[in-house]
Amino acid sequence: MRIRPVGRHALLLDCDNPGQVEAWRAELWRRRDDGELTAAEIVPAAATVLLDGVPDPATTAARIAGWTPGPTATTAAVRHVEVPVAYDGEDLPAVARHWGVDVPEVVRRLADTTFRVAFCGFAPGFAYLTGLPERWAVPRLPSPRPRVPAGSVALAGPYAGIYPTASPGGWLLVGRTGLTLFDVHADPPATLTPGTRVRLATA
Amino acid sequence: MIEVLRAGPATTVQDLGRPGYAHLGVPRSGALDPAALALANRLVGNPPTAAGLEITLTGCTLRPTRAVTVALTGADADVRVGRRPGDVGRPLSVPAGAVLRIGPPRAGLRSWLAVDGGIAVEPVLGSRATDTLSGLGPPPVRDGDRLPIGPWPGHPAPVDWTVVPAVPDQLRLTLRPGPRDDWFTADALDRLLRTPYTISPVGDRVGARLLGAPLPRAVAGELPSEGVVLGAVQVPADGQPLVFLADHPTTGGYPVIGVVDDVTGLAQARPGTTVTFHGPQR
Repeated sequence: MRIRPVGRHALLLDCDNPGQVEAWRAELWRRRDDGELTAAEIVPAAATVLLDGVPDPATTAARIAGWTPGPTATTAAVRHVEVPVAYDGEDLPAVARHWGVDVPEVVRRLADTTFRVAFCGFAPGFAYLTGLPERWAVPRLPSPRPRVPAGSVALAGPYAGIYPTASPGGWLLVGRTGLTLFDVHADPPATLTPGTRVRLATA
Repeated sequence: MIEVLRAGPATTVQDLGRPGYAHLGVPRSGALDPAALALANRLVGNPPTAAGLEITLTGCTLRPTRAVTVALTGADADVRVGRRPGDVGRPLSVPAGAVLRIGPPRAGLRSWLAVDGGIAVEPVLGSRATDTLSGLGPPPVRDGDRLPIGPWPGHPAPVDWTVVPAVPDQLRLTLRPGPRDDWFTADALDRLLRTPYTISPVGDRVGARLLGAPLPRAVAGELPSEGVVLGAVQVPADGQPLVFLADHPTTGGYPVIGVVDDVTGLAQARPGTTVTFHGPQR
């Protein structure tokens, strides 16, 4: 892991692998909760963790360099969410071709995988779910659809994701869910927060 | 209540935004110049967290249904209460039913209007700011809107006059390299720091787009999405830099060559304005 300065009040932890991102994300959130770290935002992403709103980044960077992320949270502390999915997405045949299997096998593999929310981005409550093997990565559509309905379950690269609201999108559609993924009156407002374990169960 | 007689094309409700939710994909949003909004709030006796209006380029026309004290900060503009002219940077009394006209800025782009009691639309995740990227918060202000006003906050602090800051012809921004300056050729950072750029007409609350010497990449391919900050200078495939403002996305997939210390000057930079970047050591 390497720490890069970002402007006057932020740091970027450039991690070696996604497992390290999750370990640092959990460690930094825990240290902030315990009052050992001040940061307005701790934002995990594909290969990095951003700390923003850090009063003294140089001192904080030196302290972080002396920390070792502990084992990721115990099972009891991890949130689990089961998302009921109707597997009727129009790109299922395309995913089946990429994987060299038939459509029922695609559905079986997705429904059998325990995903983890690696990070959120793109839109409020849009979670990037990891758990599929890297060799099953699929390309995005060559040109995005102008409108993907809310609740669409989709794949792109090594990730699965669910569109919280209708938006343009280039991910391959495999199904849909009626689960609310972002509710401004809920705490937290996102159903799928970083670290959450997720099953995309057959509805 | 404030009736909106003429909203102008890009008037939004803004406060200090909704920080703390970036890990859920929620942008910070908030006034492009938070200090200017805070000053307007202080002039009318509001707490700094009160919501006001951010008015862009063409001004707007409002009519309060109760007597209010308002204050306009940011760009200098013609302000009238009925036929009576008023001043920017000074509290103004607007009788119930009188028409408050805010003209287009004489220089710069944006003004912030505070009303005693604040604009009291429903907060979303602790903020009343319109986020033009994600759609959180109230929709942009439109003709015919009726905006609720909060309860009278009491008498303001005894400050009744402030200086309207001049808008410079040339904007000088302090830039700190990184976190991804190593994705660019050695020449790229040099170009950014030594050649002037101009503000593109295609700019909004998400970011200020710049036109000038393209910044060539040393590393090809896609950067895995990573968290970005206010003031990040992102460089898309065409090599023309974009400086992220308040409604910036929480993560981005283009490399950030450097971060600008203070973006508030960009809130007033009209298209065509010259921008130069300087390292923090000078």
